[in-house]
Amino acid sequence: MIAQRKVLTDEMVAKIEALAPRYPNRRALTLPALHIVNAELRHVPLEAVVEIAQVLGLAPAEVQDTLSFYQFFHQEKPHGTVRAFVCRSVSCALRGGDHLLEHLCHAYGVQPYGTTPDGQLTIEPAECLGACDFAPCILANDDLLTDMTPETATAELKKPRARAT
Amino acid sequence: MTPFKPVLLEAIGVPDGHTIASYKSRGGYAPLEATLAAKQPIDVVEMVKASGLRGRGGAGFPTGLKWTFLPKDHPGPIYLCINADESEPGTFNNRILMEDDPHQVIEGIILSSFATRASTAYLYLRYEYPRAWHRLQAAIDEAYAAGYLGTNIRGTGFSLDIYLHRGAAAYICGEETGLIESLEGKRAWPRIKPPFPAIEGLFRKPTVVNNVETMACVAQIARRGVEWFKSIGVPADPNNPRDPGSYGPKLYCLSGHVEKPGCYEAPLGITARQLIDEFGGGVWKGRAAKAVIPGGISMGLMTASELDTPLDFAGPGKVGCLGLGTAAVVVIDDQTSIVDFLHNSARFFAHESCGQCTPCREGTSWSLRILERIKAGKGRLKDLDILLELGTTMGMMPGSTICGLADGAAWPMKNAIKKFRGEFEDYIKRTNPSGWMVTDPVPALQIVGAH
Repeated sequence: MIAQRKVLTDEMVAKIEALAPRYPNRRALTLPALHIVNAELRHVPLEAVVEIAQVLGLAPAEVQDTLSFYQFFHQEKPHGTVRAFVCRSVSCALRGGDHLLEHLCHAYGVQPYGTTPDGQLTIEPAECLGACDFAPCILANDDLLTDMTPETATAELKKPRARAT
Repeated sequence: MTPFKPVLLEAIGVPDGHTIASYKSRGGYAPLEATLAAKQPIDVVEMVKASGLRGRGGAGFPTGLKWTFLPKDHPGPIYLCINADESEPGTFNNRILMEDDPHQVIEGIILSSFATRASTAYLYLRYEYPRAWHRLQAAIDEAYAAGYLGTNIRGTGFSLDIYLHRGAAAYICGEETGLIESLEGKRAWPRIKPPFPAIEGLFRKPTVVNNVETMACVAQIARRGVEWFKSIGVPADPNNPRDPGSYGPKLYCLSGHVEKPGCYEAPLGITARQLIDEFGGGVWKGRAAKAVIPGGISMGLMTASELDTPLDFAGPGKVGCLGLGTAAVVVIDDQTSIVDFLHNSARFFAHESCGQCTPCREGTSWSLRILERIKAGKGRLKDLDILLELGTTMGMMPGSTICGLADGAAWPMKNAIKKFRGEFEDYIKRTNPSGWMVTDPVPALQIVGAH
């Protein structure tokens, strides 16, 4: 008997299957599948891991092993509707990146990696975002926020944003 | 010297420079058409070999030579992986190429696939580049529509698909076998080599992994010729038969404490001082430079007196740095604490160590803990020796790790302490007047966010 899926929608499974012809085996779909689920649910709960494993014909532990390697996928609860990566690597740090992160955590009353109680915003330290020409910078969903100051960043992160793709 | 005209960055400032129409109007795709019509794969390999092109991703391995390591007459499939996981702190040249001139990259990928007989190319793109993702996908769609991708391209029997594959924010995926493992859906643990990817790579098939800028260079060599490419840069040292030279234009990323950070194209061999003064508008706020990273943080540090070092493949090594790396030049001004710099570097590598090899996992973690302690005013002079001991024992070069991440962690540590030891000692004595001389073991401080 095929187990009933509870977390993955038919649409998600269709998106995963659409990518299958690109790879010679189904395990290579692991990362794309995690991204597809994460884009919808803003996290990848363990139930989703089990269901992805069923879809891909893998052991759940194989999918969980890959997921847990990347710190990217939240598992306990969804990240905010806006997920802000605040760069703290060298070029941004030289121009106030650490200060910016500290300021934003204070301004929004969250710890690094934390989410505001209304679920609107998650603030995460990030390693080099590859936008050192715009340091210090923040990646908020798909938007690169450039040459930030504590004031401009606080204002920018209040704005609603399109979902990350 | 005639003024150097940017080539790799020719689309910058051109309206709709990222579209296929703009690219073709600049001469793009004509070399591909000519190649497919009249040449054999081996001709493209020989062209790239003759050009002296060395990989732009960091290691500087000769590109044409890498291609010749593929087995002859292999039944296939052969894979080409494009490394767009650009994550070395200070580096953003690939982002600029992918966002502003994606067709230049794509033409290079098609030519390189033709040369290596690959029929599938995976472009592994770091998650943090959503704009590059959309620009590349749109450009790939345009290239399919124009008949440059797909089955039996231009009736030649050559077929190629390019697929974008997104990473998930892990530095180690830029290591070529880490990238391969990640693409296969596994944790990105680098593989022991040999076998090298050319023999057994992605999905256990012969594989070439090349950087984005390398692909752009291939497109430009096809357009402008081997002689043009070899007329730029630093020729091979005639007294050193093992020096392949540093030919061609290079994208230098300039950031940190400069007036005008940006990605600038210059002949290989420009000095850090020229970059800072002629392109970057000088060190910011009228200050002086204390130190400069020559090519991404893992290459170490040059002091203010080493700024006339040519930034070619051989230059940074002559002043004790690891190499040219990604040519990402980061300027650190004279108001910055070198202790803070090294703490930042150690935090990066402790966070990004993949955890596979114990010397790197533990070495980067303890480096950070020791620097955390120094920064908090509890350092001892002995800590500097411990850091140097860690720096000389972890890595591929001393032989204790599988990949070079730990060498990259060690180099800034070794360079900073060797070149700025006085500043470290002053800081430790000043902030820990009663304990700087202690040599007994002391407890670590708790640190947040290292892993």
